Amino acid sequence: MNVEDMINEKIEKLRGIIPESIIEELREKVKKIPDLTVEELDKITELLIKEYHNALVEPGEAVGTVAAQSIGEPSTQMTLRTFHYAGVREFNVTLGLPRLIEIVDARKTPSTPIMTVYLDEEHKYDEEKAKEVARRIEVTRIENIARNIEADLFENAIRIELDPVMLKDKGVTVDQVRKIVEKLKLGASKIEMIQENDTTTIIVRFAGEPEIAKLNKAREKIMNAKIKGVKGIKRVIVQKREKEYVLLTDGSNLAGVLGIKGVDPTRTTTNSIYEIETVLGIEAAREAIIREINGVLQEQGLDVDVRHIMLVADIMTGTGKVRQVGRHGVTGEKESVLARAAFEVTVRHLYDAAARGELDELKGITENVIVGQIIPVGTGMVALQMKLRPTAKGEK
Amino acid sequence: MDEERVIKAIKFGILSPDEIRQMAVTPIITPEAYDEDGLPIEGGVMDPRLGVIEPGQRCPVCGNTLAQCPGHFGKIELARPVIHVGFVKHIYDLLRATCRSCGRVLIPQRDVERYLNLLRKLEKRWPILARQLEEYVKKKAIKTMECPHCGTKQYKIRLEKPTTFYEERKEGIVKLTPLDVRARLEKIPDDDARLLGLDPQNARPEWMVLTVLPVPPISIRPSILLESGVRAEDDLTHKLVDIVRINERLKENLEMGAPHLVIEDIWDLLQYHVTTYLDNEAPGIPPAKHRSGRPLRTLAQRLKGKEGRFRGHLSGKRVDFSARTVISPDPNISINEVGVPIDIAKTLTVPERVTSWNVDELRKYVINGPNKWPGANYVIRPDGRRIDLRFVKDRKALAETLSPGYIVERHLIDGDIVLFNRQPSLHRMSIMGHLVRVLPGKTFRLNLLVCPPYNADFDGDEMNLHVPQGEEARAEARLLMLVQKHILSPRYGGPIIGGLQDYISGAYLLTAKFSLLTRKEVVELLATTGYKGPLPEPAIFSPKEYWTGKQLVSLFFPEDFNYHGKTNISVGELRCDNEDCFTDSYVVIKRGILLEGVLDKKSIGAQQPGSMLHRLVKEYGEDFAREFLDNAFKMFLRFSEKYGFTMSYDDVVIPEEAEKEIEKVLKDAEKKVRELIDKYNRGELEPLPGKTLEETLELRIIEVLSEARDKSGEIASQYLSPLNNAFIMALTGARGNILNLTQMSAVLGQQSIRGERIKRGYKDRTLPHFKPGDKGPAARGFVYSSFRRGLKPTELFFHAAGGREGLVDTAVRTSQSGYMQRRLINALQDLRVEYDGVVRSAYGGIVQFIYGEDGVDPMRSDHGKAVDVDRIIERVVGWRL
Repeated sequence: MNVEDMINEKIEKLRGIIPESIIEELREKVKKIPDLTVEELDKITELLIKEYHNALVEPGEAVGTVAAQSIGEPSTQMTLRTFHYAGVREFNVTLGLPRLIEIVDARKTPSTPIMTVYLDEEHKYDEEKAKEVARRIEVTRIENIARNIEADLFENAIRIELDPVMLKDKGVTVDQVRKIVEKLKLGASKIEMIQENDTTTIIVRFAGEPEIAKLNKAREKIMNAKIKGVKGIKRVIVQKREKEYVLLTDGSNLAGVLGIKGVDPTRTTTNSIYEIETVLGIEAAREAIIREINGVLQEQGLDVDVRHIMLVADIMTGTGKVRQVGRHGVTGEKESVLARAAFEVTVRHLYDAAARGELDELKGITENVIVGQIIPVGTGMVALQMKLRPTAKGEK
Repeated sequence: MDEERVIKAIKFGILSPDEIRQMAVTPIITPEAYDEDGLPIEGGVMDPRLGVIEPGQRCPVCGNTLAQCPGHFGKIELARPVIHVGFVKHIYDLLRATCRSCGRVLIPQRDVERYLNLLRKLEKRWPILARQLEEYVKKKAIKTMECPHCGTKQYKIRLEKPTTFYEERKEGIVKLTPLDVRARLEKIPDDDARLLGLDPQNARPEWMVLTVLPVPPISIRPSILLESGVRAEDDLTHKLVDIVRINERLKENLEMGAPHLVIEDIWDLLQYHVTTYLDNEAPGIPPAKHRSGRPLRTLAQRLKGKEGRFRGHLSGKRVDFSARTVISPDPNISINEVGVPIDIAKTLTVPERVTSWNVDELRKYVINGPNKWPGANYVIRPDGRRIDLRFVKDRKALAETLSPGYIVERHLIDGDIVLFNRQPSLHRMSIMGHLVRVLPGKTFRLNLLVCPPYNADFDGDEMNLHVPQGEEARAEARLLMLVQKHILSPRYGGPIIGGLQDYISGAYLLTAKFSLLTRKEVVELLATTGYKGPLPEPAIFSPKEYWTGKQLVSLFFPEDFNYHGKTNISVGELRCDNEDCFTDSYVVIKRGILLEGVLDKKSIGAQQPGSMLHRLVKEYGEDFAREFLDNAFKMFLRFSEKYGFTMSYDDVVIPEEAEKEIEKVLKDAEKKVRELIDKYNRGELEPLPGKTLEETLELRIIEVLSEARDKSGEIASQYLSPLNNAFIMALTGARGNILNLTQMSAVLGQQSIRGERIKRGYKDRTLPHFKPGDKGPAARGFVYSSFRRGLKPTELFFHAAGGREGLVDTAVRTSQSGYMQRRLINALQDLRVEYDGVVRSAYGGIVQFIYGEDGVDPMRSDHGKAVDVDRIIERVVGWRL
């Protein structure tokens, strides 16, 4: 029997006792040991099983409290300020404690929404092509490509002087702009174009009496007119990560960006958990919560086991929708009146409970602390039931 | 023995008028509480039948004394009903959701039956869904403007905060009196009420309008006797007096047949008093004030908030058998011990049951009495009588009577288990079990190695100590809470207890190659640790016997311990990644012998997962680890003392040529900054994408200056000798870092506020020492001086500003993160792992099928991994790869 067979045979016996991933890791690593003896392998597997069983959680462990402490305790050491995103000076990203609070609050929009857009095979290796996709995503308004937009009261017109450099940079043609302006509902008007050297000026002439308020309003409208891009994406930056180009956006619109040509929808993501929940579903939201919390802690150099973060993510998403950690979410939906009352808005919970005739079965921690009984976790979880046989003398 | 009674559940509901009348022992009808003699009046708010208030008195109702009498309720028959503020929202919803004439819910009969069925099914299993259904029905009913049962047209009902209802009829807006409201609520059938989320058995809608008011017993509103002999009544009593007075006036006026308007006014006043009695912060009305102008603390206020009944008394309770005092360090006691001052040991007691095995010991304690340690404070006889030893004249005689069945409350003695705690208790390692060591002095003494889990230092910190009183509690404390059970943190699966500061520099100095010890020194070092084995063979025999520090450390390792790992000093030129290391910066331990490498933060430090210390704890158990921490670490400290490790002014002095070099670097940087500013002024600066010109300038300047600071630091550290004490501390990870060093010896660098250069102060300038508009380094908080040379006045000012920001930041952060942690704990505390490995909430909801996707406890994991396969192979095969 050769060595490999021996190893495989011994390792097969571990199946069902130890998780698959550890077995595979062991197989790989054992193969690399020179001059392995049978006794040594036996000893290794024996130790492995012992260590694995040692590492399992004990029933009754108050994993929730431990998780909350494990995230809460290091958060006292976090910074309060927002930092520049590693590598991208252009964006200010909320990190540290404020971001952590934002995540557990399950806010609809993060204070600094950012997307990481990955590109498909065709676009990801070429900077020009990446920029092309970036232009498709970034919202371009007329004001971005105009050198000057002025309201001319004498002629009752608005002059839009287009910037050729910006036009090229954003990949917009003069015709496109004209069409956009035409589509705007500006009231009775006529559109003219003047070519001067390389600069084009679009003039919108209005009929009727010149009115400064009306002109200014029209000017606003023209300036904010969207030429192209995905709603909500203010800026896009192309960044090289190892071999491929990646886009980072200021602003987030997952549904919109996923539909853009050249975007790899399988890897593209956002830091808005709410968007991930609505677009990709609750499981994705769970992953996003784990990833975001992990990101914050890692960035601050705080070492927290993922299991704690997973538990928080699970309790936030367990009901099928993202719930806030707090009064309007997890705690607010607790069955126990006393647990809710002891947390926040005490009096209202008591009145509600009275009107509804609620029954508190005292199964949670707070409830039992309140009535002065042993809490049902850890050693307090054990319950014994036995009937005492009355003794012959009729004692209790 | 007491029978153990368990509260299984608590039912909530509204007291019905009948119930209130039945439980009342007397109607309260007189607003006066006391007569001229100061005796409580019958029928007043302090009626003696409401409960005993003075010790020795017997209750006229139940016949009990103060300790036993629970107090009794009275009642106030309200002349006219009033709305209960707490239920205003419920009443408002009910009025809108039901018919004004027939009282049925505004939902067709078919649907009523259908929804009721559905509700019954949901209630048991999906209480949250049931609630949503009720909410849906309510909304639907409110929208319906014509009764599907009797066809009556509905009017819009308006609520004027806090308690007035109006109906907007065709003929105009009509006020609904509580009498009208109650009449309507009475008409709602039980089933319809159920559909709207009410429990008509325990909370009939009309009970939300008060007709009788219960008067709580005096024991919940005791009056205080002031020094001046004046009685000060409780806020609730004041309010009750108001209610009785107005109620009586209303009654009189009604009997007299007073005009409608007068009645109305008094009725409103009664409503006001009842409302403020229930909740003095109800929106829309002025809070009732005390004579002094202080708002009264009435029922709702008693429950609310951090100091309210719930959070202040029910979730957190005060305890006996606890002590608190300042802490101070003692490296000579074990990590699981705590030094307790004799004074405290004489006050805190442990109840010990007399048996035939301990009777002699306990007799001694009783004879010693309460003032001589070790003594006892109380003896409890088998009949439950408690004898206070302070007042026993002949303790010897009492001691003689001790026999099994007695309980002696003896003083704290060495070896007792106590819980030790430092606030804020942010994680479970903030409360650990320690063994008592009674010591002279007035402070609690603790081993320095347990500072990290408590986050304690000795600048005046105080800590709390609790003495478990039950056998069960003591057993749990010993088995689960002792310090050594918490060397590994559940946060990251690594040791949280471990060396710090002097332990680390001491360990480094001891294990460094230059440490050669004579026999005398070796014996002295080992003696401090209590080592009893033989001395190893000296490393050098001639001309004199010498031992290395590594040999001494090796004495404390298990014989089969193998380990290799990096060191903290392994940076720059000292960097080593494997066994081939000439700089002693890679630790190799084979068969329990430290062959190579120095011990520093990476090997013995706290919060270093995967370190040598971590391996020792995991593989040889917590008790071995405790002994290692107790003994070997004592040696590190002793060596540090012998060596005379210190830090002085000389350690931060750099030679003149270095100063010159640094000066040049800084000059260059300043020049560069000036160039940037000029460029900016000329408008030639290219803005970075997405930044304004000014922001770009700031960014570039900060860049240039921080580069200059780094460069100066590098220059300075080149001139620092490797035997420089401060340098050793930074290198080994004992305290401080290279940056701190360069700030002391070379240049302090940029001071910042909110991540920017300092810019606020006077108009266009930070301080009057500068020209307006100066954007140069010095004017914006760049400190050219080092701590050694001292700061210029302006520099000191900037440094102080930067320092203040740090302080403010910390203050703000603690409150924010504290609240976040409270919410996290509240949301997660009911979760536990069941016997089948499933994580469930208290009410049975599954949160995870297997904890953490693999069922592994992070504390027992290897920095997150279930098992470290490499390490297991290494342990068996050795280091053969």
